[in-house]
Amino acid sequence: MLNAAGTPWMPRGGGFLLDATAPGQVFTPEDFSEEHRAIARTTDEFWRNEVEPHLEAIQRQEPGAAVSVLRKSAELGLTAVLVPDRYGGMELDLASAMIVAERVARDGSYAAWHGAHSGIGTIPILLFGTEEQKQTYLPRLVSGELVGAYCLSESHAGSDALAARTRATLNAEGTHYLLNGQKMRITNGGAAGLFTVFAKIDGEQFTAFLVERGYPGLSTGAEEKKMGIKGSSTTAVYFDNVPVPVSNVLGEIGRGHVVAFNILNLGRLKLGPFAVGGAKQTLGDSLRYAKERHAFGKAIGEFGLIQHKLAEMAIRLFAAEAISYRVTGDVQLRLAGFSWDKPGAAATMMKALEEFAAECSFVKVFASEMLDYVVDEGVQIHGGYGYHQDYAVERAYRDSRINRIFEGTNEINRLLAAGILLKRSRRGQLELVEAVKKLESEIGAGKIPGEPDPVARSKKIFLLCLGVAYRRFKDTLDQEQEVLAGLSGLAMGAYAMESVTLRAARMKSAGEMARVFVQDGMAQMENTARGILAACLEGEPLRATAGVLHRFAEVELVNTIELRRRIASRLLDAGKYVVD
Amino acid sequence: MKIIVAIKQVPVRDSVLQVDASGKWIRESELSFEVNEPDAYALEEALQLKERYGGEVIALCAGPARVSQAIREALAKGADRAIHVESDDLGAADSLGIARLLASAIRSEQPDLVLTGLQSDDLGYGQTGVIMAELLGFPHSTIIMQVEAAGSSVRVKRELENGWFQWMELPLPAVLTIQSGISKLRYATLMGIKKARTKEVKRLSAAELGGLAAPVLSVEKVYLPQKTKETQMLDGTPAEAAAALVEKLRFEARVL
Repeated sequence: MLNAAGTPWMPRGGGFLLDATAPGQVFTPEDFSEEHRAIARTTDEFWRNEVEPHLEAIQRQEPGAAVSVLRKSAELGLTAVLVPDRYGGMELDLASAMIVAERVARDGSYAAWHGAHSGIGTIPILLFGTEEQKQTYLPRLVSGELVGAYCLSESHAGSDALAARTRATLNAEGTHYLLNGQKMRITNGGAAGLFTVFAKIDGEQFTAFLVERGYPGLSTGAEEKKMGIKGSSTTAVYFDNVPVPVSNVLGEIGRGHVVAFNILNLGRLKLGPFAVGGAKQTLGDSLRYAKERHAFGKAIGEFGLIQHKLAEMAIRLFAAEAISYRVTGDVQLRLAGFSWDKPGAAATMMKALEEFAAECSFVKVFASEMLDYVVDEGVQIHGGYGYHQDYAVERAYRDSRINRIFEGTNEINRLLAAGILLKRSRRGQLELVEAVKKLESEIGAGKIPGEPDPVARSKKIFLLCLGVAYRRFKDTLDQEQEVLAGLSGLAMGAYAMESVTLRAARMKSAGEMARVFVQDGMAQMENTARGILAACLEGEPLRATAGVLHRFAEVELVNTIELRRRIASRLLDAGKYVVD
Repeated sequence: MKIIVAIKQVPVRDSVLQVDASGKWIRESELSFEVNEPDAYALEEALQLKERYGGEVIALCAGPARVSQAIREALAKGADRAIHVESDDLGAADSLGIARLLASAIRSEQPDLVLTGLQSDDLGYGQTGVIMAELLGFPHSTIIMQVEAAGSSVRVKRELENGWFQWMELPLPAVLTIQSGISKLRYATLMGIKKARTKEVKRLSAAELGGLAAPVLSVEKVYLPQKTKETQMLDGTPAEAAAALVEKLRFEARVL
């Protein structure tokens, strides 16, 4: 790909903080190919014909209901979008996988079944399996004959996964490892035929194992009683001297963390389209309700405060879509010429994802918080009916909450993303120190704000705070969780604002959404940055730096009330989330 | 058996329609399109016939660049190849004009059977298939629910009114217009979508097919149905509301 000046350009992790990006350089839903759109239509049809009629049965956990829908999806190829042809998969690109994910996520419970099976249930084998393991298990996972599950969490080891206590011991003959212990909160636990289980060999070497349900000594617990996604299966899995053939060790012995952590980048990225799919459903429900429900003689959708909510739901949804597909496009650029037939293909795939690990965390955090906002306002628009189980929005509200917790809590992801950016800087992969110094000399020379574009200034806000925080805490910065999370929030804010602006630049009326998003986003960034500055400076330096910050955060004010009304009117006319 | 299926691309069913500036058609720029439903059943019938009797299924579609979506869908579902009659100005054409283009594209293929939907979801004339048969000199039958090959002829089940059916036999080549809902439509699977990449799509211009004739029939005006129903809520106690209702029935509706 070429940049705006016509020179070769390749996106790099965290690079958005330093480099200018042109509108044509980010992948957006508007760039979907005809084939992508065909995949979207097939998935939509599948949803209408096969999932929607069974939603209540899935919700009630009727035996076999979800699995039979999952198997039907497998017939259409929806469970194995990335898996190579030779194992029965579709061998399509990452964007196709994201498009499918978005469209099976309209209901949280089915999304959990589908996502856990085709993601953490299948991908570890694809990326780390030996040829024999792949041939044994992938075709059976692809067809849905085996449902996949992933066993990492334990009762006292959630975010702190490496504290797992499940043990593996090699038997005297050296043929099998004997697994002992228990895993908690395992998605698909009740129906899975194959479990990817993390255990410590001799209590030390953290290792992944492929464990079939039929192995003696394996059992699953009762369905856990959850707040939401009640139609998904979540159980404990117990291991009582379960013999696992040595050939079923997945990846290298003692390197289970490599398996566990590499899967997470893709999982976090996919949470973007999952949240987007759920949010589109709720926004559609809310738009319909706002048109139908009358109060004080008119449809409630005609009231300003309801329009504010509808517009804001759409704006955040637009932003989550923008960052999800931007990262997808960037990963794909790094995968140019990728083929599963080339040696080291799995490593290439993981490296491309790892490059954008911070951005994957941003997608996870931003999209899950977006969905929580959308379902919350969805309930509010429905008023008393939104609190009633007869309305889909009540379920969506409960189902949404888990997204901020799984795939790494949002708190862990904020810390991780900041840590990754700092690490890339230390390794010389990202010139943050140079950029901070350059900014400081610009400020010293009075060149403030020095840039008319608010998106470019949002990056300066991040750099300003990074410089100040680093001077204050130096090597102990990684102990300062609040400051790190704040920095992460600033980088995420800049990323989202830039992605929204770049996407809208190539569209007809989405620019209105971008203007609202940037104006509000800058105010939010200034607030976060003030917290960081006040934690690092005091007296005159604090006052002076806060003054600089304020200049950076300035925006040409637009009438966001009027803009939101216009955005809402268009949504209400269309009766669903459409952007142009 | 060599089967050609003529498909049309129409606005998706739940579209919010707006009349365009000319007042003679709807605004197409903001619409999404899909395969006309009866045509989707025609394609399904063709694919099932191919599965039973062997042969080839060719999708035929006329329209602007956007119809490549419909063509790809037909290929993804299992059509072997496709013909795209490229034309940007079919909106003003009538059934005869379109049937001429399609018949001209069909003639050189020398098919055994031509299938199409009994009518389109947008204009609903139900004429194109029949006129096409006439132009080709093929026998035709309409509102078909079932097709069985019998050597050099086909036996077909036609829908009549009031739940009555008619079985009849036609010599090949023939044109059949297919009824909606007669079978279960297959999906364009992801594998099918991928395979469609390499299938042949022949592009023909209207000029190559003899050109688009000036319409004999033209649309004067399209308009949204006028809403005339109005609901009034009568307030007060039941007795007061009943009295008000009687008064309205007597003096406004004049039915008492």
